[in-house]
Amino acid sequence: MKLVNPSNKRKYKILVVGTGLAGASAAASLGELGYNVESFCYQDSPRRAHSIAAQGGINAAKNYPNDGDSILRLYYDTIKGGDFRSREADVWRLAQVSNEIIDQCVAQGVPLARDYAGYLDTRSFGGAQVSRTFYARGQTGQQLLLGAYSALSRQIRLKTVKLFPRTEMLDLILIDGEAKGITIRDLVTGEIRVHVGDAVLLCTGGYANVFNLSTNARGCSVTAIWKAYRKGAFFANPCFTQIHPTCIPQAGDYQSKLTLMSESLRNDGRIWVPKNKGDKRAPNDIPEDDRDYYLERKYPSFGNLAPRDISSRAAKEVCDDGRGVGPGGRGVYLDCRDSIKRLGEHVIRERYGNLFEMYERITGEDGYKVPMRIYPASHYTMGGLWVDYNLMSNIPGLFVLGEANFSVHGANRLGASALMQGLADGYFVIPYTVANYLASSKPGKAKEDHAECKKSIEDVKAHTKKLLLINGKVTPAEFMRKLGNVTWNNIGMARSKESLTEALAKIPEIREEFWKNLKVSGTELEVNQQLENAGRTIDFIEFAELLCRDALNRDESCGAHFRVEHQFPDGEAKRNDENFSYVAAWGFKGDGVPPELHKEPLEFNLIKPAVRSYK
Amino acid sequence: MSGHSEEKTKTLNLIVWRQAGPDKPGRFETYIAKNITDHHSFLEMLDVVNEELIKEGKEPIVFDHDCREGICGVCSQVINGVPHGGHERTTVCQLHMRLFKDGDTIYIEPWRARAFPIIKDLMVDRGALDRIIQAGGYTSVHTGGTPDANAIPIPRPDAEYAMDAAECIGCGACVAACPNGSAMLFLGAKVSQFAALPQGQVEAAERVANMLKEMQDCGFGNCSNHYECQAACPKGISVKFIARLNREYLKSLF
Repeated sequence: MKLVNPSNKRKYKILVVGTGLAGASAAASLGELGYNVESFCYQDSPRRAHSIAAQGGINAAKNYPNDGDSILRLYYDTIKGGDFRSREADVWRLAQVSNEIIDQCVAQGVPLARDYAGYLDTRSFGGAQVSRTFYARGQTGQQLLLGAYSALSRQIRLKTVKLFPRTEMLDLILIDGEAKGITIRDLVTGEIRVHVGDAVLLCTGGYANVFNLSTNARGCSVTAIWKAYRKGAFFANPCFTQIHPTCIPQAGDYQSKLTLMSESLRNDGRIWVPKNKGDKRAPNDIPEDDRDYYLERKYPSFGNLAPRDISSRAAKEVCDDGRGVGPGGRGVYLDCRDSIKRLGEHVIRERYGNLFEMYERITGEDGYKVPMRIYPASHYTMGGLWVDYNLMSNIPGLFVLGEANFSVHGANRLGASALMQGLADGYFVIPYTVANYLASSKPGKAKEDHAECKKSIEDVKAHTKKLLLINGKVTPAEFMRKLGNVTWNNIGMARSKESLTEALAKIPEIREEFWKNLKVSGTELEVNQQLENAGRTIDFIEFAELLCRDALNRDESCGAHFRVEHQFPDGEAKRNDENFSYVAAWGFKGDGVPPELHKEPLEFNLIKPAVRSYK
Repeated sequence: MSGHSEEKTKTLNLIVWRQAGPDKPGRFETYIAKNITDHHSFLEMLDVVNEELIKEGKEPIVFDHDCREGICGVCSQVINGVPHGGHERTTVCQLHMRLFKDGDTIYIEPWRARAFPIIKDLMVDRGALDRIIQAGGYTSVHTGGTPDANAIPIPRPDAEYAMDAAECIGCGACVAACPNGSAMLFLGAKVSQFAALPQGQVEAAERVANMLKEMQDCGFGNCSNHYECQAACPKGISVKFIARLNREYLKSLF
């Protein structure tokens, strides 16, 4: 690994897009090292990035509880949780640096939960049999993000980092094949301008909103990584999307988002549905014998803590079976009654008080008295831009961090591992690996008046104009709803050749209608949220086609990718290692031309892929 | 969804502040929100109104929103005179329409404070809160080389106290609610979080002095003990943290 001399670092400018855990920690750490950093976010403040909404916790192999945890075990659980579709070396490194993250956060003054002796407390999460999840009430993401945000704020004060809030990246600029700049739209003035640098870091999160309704913030989009894909960056495993089992069910078509409740609730909540179809009794009137605690029944050793994909599909199964509860029969009970009896309501209140409050605010029901209703929702995306071990994409100088890349979670991410990865990438990976690239690149090569920069501005302006000039009848929100209907029903929790083929026919129709019948109000040179939504919507529509293609190509079930054709008699995902033990990295070949598939074979040296069993 | 299709709907009369830009004159405009159910969130109700406005060829109402689950802190509307609408520990995005009756008139305004210029309609610039944090809302620790996380035990009550303070989402409702446009609850929460933790001790004096100075430079007022901030705070941040801020400031002088 090459290094950059300390006195030369300030000559290099690094553009960091996104200020979530990955982006804020990267920008802060690179600023500390002396690089000249520019940081961009679409929100009004870096503190609002969607990492803030992560509730449950962050994993680390500290082994503080003395329960047999180790780097090897965290590595093993992550690989197994990802159903042997992640890159081994990257996962090993993640497990290795996990402990340093906790040290770093405590030093920053992040108030992680402590026991009465004053030491850090941990809890268990799905897919692990040790207690390795550190937490800060139900707001772990918020506290870790505020830690990274405070480190970033310090660098802004020290002028190593320059912040550009309310800006959205709309293009990636390549000069001689290397990533040297971005084109952004200032979301307040509408100005479209170029920022050039010596490397570009995309820390722009995932694409769960491709399902329209998801637990992501409304502003979360695929746009930044999609624009990079269109400039040649490979998109890896887009079909690996995670559905979170414990969300509040949808109430109506007008709904704008789904709210997640931390799966840590599954530590003290038991999940059940009535044994009999059409049992309309109030939940508390249904006696024990008429309840089916289906997770405990099917997965006795993991029970209610079975991994997310398994829990989600099990919920879908019982609802498909006609035993779902609540509006439309799309819901299952999460019942804390027994824990309240065992531990007392005050203990449950202390552990999950904010979640119960949130539930009551949305549904008007008291979860301490009546079991909560939950249903799976799109939540996180394991796929993302392809990166090498150094987090660099196939475009030199373009690095991708956090949820935006594909590398460590394979086909399914374990709970409390997203926060770990975001901070690992930003604090402890990129500071080392970016130097390796910069050391062999002359600083300040890119200039704003370069022909590529001018062209990029013209392209973005033309795209914006095009969106505004259609003047049809359908709003961006309506197009997202149309897209969501196709993606959720055909590419959601379960996929088949038929459903995917159908989606591949429907999505281009939506795209064509979009360009004929879109309605965007207002003009480009002002705050225009409809214009923002329109741009994100068309990127999602284009991207959905790639997602679908990838899901169709991956003719196996693995982790969260469930092809109904490939399952064991008991409904478990059936992998096909012989043919699909690879990363599918798709390369853009032009509009209307099928993307090119590149395969990176996966090799496992430390463990042998086995059937993932949580029984 | 089928379960709610026969549900009774409500019609509401909205009186909304519209302002084209920071230096443009603003005015109240009246809109009717139709077909609203108990299950619509407040922002979903505004989504419905906006979709209609777009179809009618009118400008939709601009408002900040993102996570829609009460944690990002971006939503910022004064509803019937109260920031976030006046329901305990609830942000605008978490308000549900079951809290309003059919035929209600609802006044919707942006945060109003000298330090928060209006960008457009209900959207304001809260960059001043970021600048207060930049002035000292951190420990000056570098990435790497930190001691083991369990090296310094922290009494649980102290950790809990720090966490109570750290719950602040930086929405600025405290400022909007304060007759003086003061950010002392926001500032007090951050200062108190660090004051309760051993990691915050090293820079304690410098931190409070720098942050207070920045607060004044940004155009925020001082606390005048109205406690409106605590009442408006969607995270229930207590005014005891303002007392702690004052104490920390006094300590910093010696």
